[in-house]
Amino acid sequence: MNVSFIINGQEESVEVSDGNSPLLWVIRDGLNLKGTKFGCGKAACGACTVHVDGKAVRSCSYPAKMAAGKRITTIEGLSSEGNLHPVQQAWKEEIVPQCGYCQPGFMMATAAMLEEIPNPTDEDIDANIINVCRCATYYRMRKAIHRAAAISKQNI
Amino acid sequence: MKRVTFLYSIIAFLVIGATIAFAHMETTDLTEADEIGNIDTADPFETMMTVLTHKRCVNCHPSGDTPRQGEDSHLHYFDVVRGDDGNGLSGYSCITCHSDQNNDYSGVPGAPHWALAPDFMAWEGKTKIEIATQMMDTQRNGGRSPEEIMEHLTEHELVLWAWDPGINAEGIEREKPPVPKEEYIQAVKDWINAGAIIPAE
Repeated sequence: MNVSFIINGQEESVEVSDGNSPLLWVIRDGLNLKGTKFGCGKAACGACTVHVDGKAVRSCSYPAKMAAGKRITTIEGLSSEGNLHPVQQAWKEEIVPQCGYCQPGFMMATAAMLEEIPNPTDEDIDANIINVCRCATYYRMRKAIHRAAAISKQNI
Repeated sequence: MKRVTFLYSIIAFLVIGATIAFAHMETTDLTEADEIGNIDTADPFETMMTVLTHKRCVNCHPSGDTPRQGEDSHLHYFDVVRGDDGNGLSGYSCITCHSDQNNDYSGVPGAPHWALAPDFMAWEGKTKIEIATQMMDTQRNGGRSPEEIMEHLTEHELVLWAWDPGINAEGIEREKPPVPKEEYIQAVKDWINAGAIIPAE
């Protein structure tokens, strides 16, 4: 079946043999956007987090056919017009990543949260960002999330 | 010897007493094993309530702010919470992981309107009679008429998902309610059409 959607601002149309196959495979293998990572494959770790119509979803558990007509954003499309997204800027300033594998998922989850909660408390962060980092960079991520909120506020 | 006999008598008394007490409770305490005994399918109320007290229903009618999941009805992993509207939190909601259909690749279940029942519709830990009383009380059922309750119980896609619960992350099929879907639907209709009479305690 053919599935058409907008991804990172570009219209795309892909052929999938099984409409239920994960959107993650379409993004990584079909469109060669390798920033979104495969972690657990059962919507638990959050490494595969992308935005669908602005909401964070686990692309390993999102049927490709449901992406039809939707607007998808991956880590490659988070910045705009060459400017880093506040979350990316904050991640860079706070030198968050260690191995880096899970970070795209964390940044996408954080960006989605900041759209809903522009000035999150530590409690908001604990409740809304439940991705898993095996390097345990949580302390630096918390600082970066607060920093991203501050950068976003300055940009308004 | 007399002392030993006396002790055995006390133990037997306690075991029998506890058995009788638990048999009368018949609550949906999901921390206990959820054994379904023989079902009197001639009794529409009993047939209906056997389904409504099954884990496929009660897992999303929890008594607290955390859904339950799995065959053992453990608290939902990943710190999932109810949120203001039963759809989770604004930055991390049910649809972050669940779509409107089961996903056999990830083992994540899904159905249209996937969400928790409101806290005032909690069923966990309650008896069949308590649940039925609450379900038909417009103050505690979202203002639904008996006809609307019938429609919810027999037509809502999220309710009927119980008979198509999909497979888990290990590829194992989830347990379905112990009553066939059509038999359950007929029982609900028969019970409500007959006046939705709730048996006495």
